[in-house]
Amino acid sequence: MSRRTLMLLAAVLLITAGPLCWVAQPTDAAALAEHFGGADAQAQQAIAQLAPHYQPWFSPVLEPASNEIASLLFALQAALGAGVIGFWLGLSVARERAARQVPASDLARPAEPAHPQP
Amino acid sequence: MHIMEGFLPPAHALGWSAASLPFVIWGLRSMQRSVQAQPEQRMLLGVSAAFAFLLSALKLPSVTGSCSHPTGVGLGAMLFGPAAMVPIALVVLLFQALLLAHGGLTTLGANLFSMGILGPLVSYGVFRLARGLGLGRSGAVFGAACLGDLATYLCTSVQLAWAFPDPVGGMAASLLKFGGIFALTQIPLAVSEGLLTVLVVNAMARFNAAELQGLPLFARRGVQA
Repeated sequence: MSRRTLMLLAAVLLITAGPLCWVAQPTDAAALAEHFGGADAQAQQAIAQLAPHYQPWFSPVLEPASNEIASLLFALQAALGAGVIGFWLGLSVARERAARQVPASDLARPAEPAHPQP
Repeated sequence: MHIMEGFLPPAHALGWSAASLPFVIWGLRSMQRSVQAQPEQRMLLGVSAAFAFLLSALKLPSVTGSCSHPTGVGLGAMLFGPAAMVPIALVVLLFQALLLAHGGLTTLGANLFSMGILGPLVSYGVFRLARGLGLGRSGAVFGAACLGDLATYLCTSVQLAWAFPDPVGGMAASLLKFGGIFALTQIPLAVSEGLLTVLVVNAMARFNAAELQGLPLFARRGVQA
């Protein structure tokens, strides 16, 4: 991996982990329960304030049985994506390596007969 | 973060679905055409779809003390045009709406409009503009992915503000509120998405230089950074 790649990855890590350290933990219990909650849950609360009488008129067809099951499904979604990307990267690296080896051994013999490879 | 199931009034839900439908047809046609014309691009199309799958599953913490997730659709929009990302975003949104109770079927049209249509359109437009202005590849990719991501969540904020205007301040006050929840939270995430997209495009430039040359926005100036 090049230095540039490592620096980009480090930056992403910093941006992601940073807020966990910088954002002060709220002191009251209600705010603490929502600490790093989903933005959609916050939007739900905002809707409750703006339109107190609004009733959601449809509910999800299938609701994950628990938070654990929900994280399982999110992990599955990420794994599917990461799996395909990993397959592509692995294939690409192997292809590049194969392409580098074949011409090197093909060209070495006729081009430099006086200096055989050690 | 998508608009929750049942949280758009029926008229809005229907309206956004009607607005998104032609884009779905356009997207499916465009995807079919590009795969037929350039079958060698299937691998990169798959990687673009996988990138959207991966990124939209990652709920990341933000400076606002809440979590949201990137969209990952900017990459494919730059490579294959905005139309190609409509069906891909639809699959991601359906997966999350049906299995995860994240987003929803009634809000599918609205969410598709923000994540599958407007976001990719902005990414594509910014990328074209940046390349036209002679910006280097990495800078253009970063800006396009980052702004596309932000556009998605600004769109979500507008959609909610339109449906739920503030009783006193009207839609503008409501937009500020939802913008604070969605768009502000999204800024660091958009930066992350931009950086990750640059990483993937760098890898494509190294491993798939020939395929990139076959793509309109990458061929013009070659694939050097």
